Amino acid sequence: MLELALHILDIAENSVRAGAKTVFIDITEDRMKDRLSIGIRDDGVGMDDATLKKAMDPFYTSKKVRRVGLGLPLLKEAAIRAGGSFTIDSHEGAGTRVSVGFQLSHIDRQPLGDLTGAFMALIAGNAGVDFVCRHECEGHVFTLDTREIRSEIGDIPLNHVEVLKFIRQHIMEGLSGIGTEAKSAHHY
Amino acid sequence: MAKLKIEDLKKIKEKVHAETALREGFNRVKVTVHMGTCGIASGAKQVMDELLRDIEEAGSTDVMVTTSGCMGLCSREPLVTVEILGQEPIKYEYVDTNKMRQIFKRHVLQGEIQTPFVLARGAEILK
Repeated sequence: MLELALHILDIAENSVRAGAKTVFIDITEDRMKDRLSIGIRDDGVGMDDATLKKAMDPFYTSKKVRRVGLGLPLLKEAAIRAGGSFTIDSHEGAGTRVSVGFQLSHIDRQPLGDLTGAFMALIAGNAGVDFVCRHECEGHVFTLDTREIRSEIGDIPLNHVEVLKFIRQHIMEGLSGIGTEAKSAHHY
Repeated sequence: MAKLKIEDLKKIKEKVHAETALREGFNRVKVTVHMGTCGIASGAKQVMDELLRDIEEAGSTDVMVTTSGCMGLCSREPLVTVEILGQEPIKYEYVDTNKMRQIFKRHVLQGEIQTPFVLARGAEILK
């Protein structure tokens, strides 16, 4: 995992597997405070206290097909390496929230990377789940709420090719409009 | 701040409705990109991005994309499953953007299985 966009994709996929209907992703770049914060919150099944304690153990996973679960530990390591912080809260039946902070200027902080690609993968790959993304950079805010799009397009699925093109355009314009360091991997 | 262009969405809705009225069967092919931590770490996002762009480029309205978790074969990631309606699913291993492009053009669009990249046939059984 070399980009924070990949971590966001990974943690949000956890939310989807936890049966979330809506996943909230918040990113804030604050150069004054030299801080980059990322929050991922869902309304999935959540974890009880015992599971939550084990969740940060790389040799614990809820899956049966393998014996390691590296997603959360990798993100925690990435935060700690970059003078940051990591917290996770969860309540059974209510959902989970992961919050990570980084020192924005830290030399070991991973770049945000291809956020457009990460959002597109989440939205296109999980058409039944809603994503509410908010990205703030120096007071400029970009938001994307798939619930708004869904209410406009009615019975057309969110992963219809025409809708996906629209969403990609919206994200790319939105992100370039707020002056974020996040890049789009390819350019048309 | 970029506003959602509601007008554009309305146009898309009308256009899609007009097109689908002519044709039956929405999803002819289902493509699954395995998006566990292992998949993402070995390039599944790039593969997904390539797939979405190929679909957008071809304007395919009958291809459904989805993601799934890890199925325990982390060392063979990125994995992609292509399932054409009425046929057995095909799993591809070590997929990268070039292979994805070829799989999309040859298998998804033309129905030719790309044997050199195939890991297995059939669906995984989740315990």
